[in-house]
Amino acid sequence: MNKELKCIVEAALFAANKPLSLTDIKRLFAGDEQAVELDLVSVINELQNEYASKSIELIETASGYRFQVKAKYSPWMARLWQEKPVKYSRALLETLAIIAYQQPVTRGEIEELRGVAVSSLIIRTLQERDWIRVSGQKEVPGRPALYKTTNAFLDYFNLCTLEQLPSLSSLKVDL
Amino acid sequence: MSEAGTNQTINAIVAGEPYLELPDNLYIPPDALEVCLEEFEGPLDLLTYLIKQQNLNILDIPIRMITEQYVEYIEKMDQLRMELAAEYLVMAAMLAEIKSSMLLPKQASILDAEDDPRAELVRRLQEYERFKLAAEDIDELPRLQRDNYVASADLISDVSDKPLATVDLELLVGAFKGVLQRLDMNSHHKIQRDELSIRDRMAAIMQTLTSSSDLLFSFDTFFVLSEGRQGVVVSFMAILELAKEELIIIMQSSPLGGIWVKAVVDE
Repeated sequence: MNKELKCIVEAALFAANKPLSLTDIKRLFAGDEQAVELDLVSVINELQNEYASKSIELIETASGYRFQVKAKYSPWMARLWQEKPVKYSRALLETLAIIAYQQPVTRGEIEELRGVAVSSLIIRTLQERDWIRVSGQKEVPGRPALYKTTNAFLDYFNLCTLEQLPSLSSLKVDL
Repeated sequence: MSEAGTNQTINAIVAGEPYLELPDNLYIPPDALEVCLEEFEGPLDLLTYLIKQQNLNILDIPIRMITEQYVEYIEKMDQLRMELAAEYLVMAAMLAEIKSSMLLPKQASILDAEDDPRAELVRRLQEYERFKLAAEDIDELPRLQRDNYVASADLISDVSDKPLATVDLELLVGAFKGVLQRLDMNSHHKIQRDELSIRDRMAAIMQTLTSSSDLLFSFDTFFVLSEGRQGVVVSFMAILELAKEELIIIMQSSPLGGIWVKAVVDE
C-alpha cells in the first residue's frame, strides 16, 4: 500500500503542473485520512531521496511541493526554447527587493529609498507576474496602496518563506 | 568646472590633504559617459557610483568635488538630450545646500556626526546601497525559467480516444468558401495552368495522407492558393470524391473548429 501511495503522490505532483500542498495531496486520499496523515511527509522524503541521483528534484516552496529540473542542467534546458530567459532590469529588481524586505510598503516609500520615481510599468509587470499584490492602504493622507510579495514570488525563486531571502546587509555598509 | 584629468590645480581636499592629481581611475572617457549614463537608476545610484569610483569614504564625502562631478554628469545628460528627471536636479540642489551649510561658520566643538549636514545624504546612500545589493542577491537566487524548470507529466486520459464528430456538408462548404475568399485576396496572381485532373489530385491527396507519420491533416493543407480558383476547386472535388469512396474521413473536433482529414486505414 505504501508503495502505491508513493506512486500516487509522485504522479499527482507531476500531473498537477503547480505546487501541491500537503492539504492538496491529502485530498487525493479523501477516504482514509487518518492513515495518510502520518505517512505523507515521510512519503515525500522518500521520493526526495529517490530523486537525489536524478536530474529532477522534489522541492518545497511556499505553495507546496513540486518537481523541477535541477539547476545544474539549465544551460541545456535553455536551448529548448528560442527566447532567452528574461533578464530583469535593475530598476525592477530594486523595486522588488524593497517590497520583499520592507513589506508592506507604499510607492512613496520605495521612491524615497531609491531616490527616483517608481515607474508604473514596473509595478504593473510585478503585478502581472503575480509577484506582488496590494495588501491594503496606509492610513496616511491619500491612503496609498501598500504592496506585499506573494507566494507565487516565493515559488518562483525557490523559497518557502520570506525568512529564506538572502539577509539584508547591515546598515553600516562600506561603500 | 574643471575637465577631469587635465587640470593640475588643487582639485579637491580629501581628508585634509589636497589632491593635485585626480586618481587614475577617476578619468572617464566621454564615450564611456554616454554609455553608462542610461545605466544609472537615479541620483543615489549615480552618487554611489562616483563615490565608489574614487574609493572615497562615505562618511567623509568631499562635497565640492562630488558635486562638481555630479553636475558634470547631469549636464552631459542634458547635452545628450536625455530626459533629465527632476530627481537629478533635486539631488544637485541638495548637494549645494549641504555644501553651503558646511561653509557656515561653526563652533568647532560641535562638529560631530549629528550635526554634519552630510548625515542625511549618507544615510540615504547607505540605505540605497543595501537594497541595491539585495536586488543583486535576489537576481542570483535560482529561479524558474532560468535555473529551474518545472517538471510535469501529461495525464493521459481517454478523452483523446473519443471519435471526432463528423462534419456536415454545410460546414465543409463553408470552409471551402473560406479558401475561395482567401483566394480572391490573392487574385492578382494570374497563373496559366493546364487543366487539372481530379483523378490525379485524388491520388496526390492519398499520397500525402498515407506517406506521412501524421494521421490528421488540416483541411486547408490541400489547397494551394497559387493554383488559382481552378486548382482549389479541383482539390475540393478530389476531397469530396475520396470521401464518397470512403477512402478518407473528414471530421471536426468542435463546432466552428478546424476541419481535419484522415485516411481510412484498413484494419
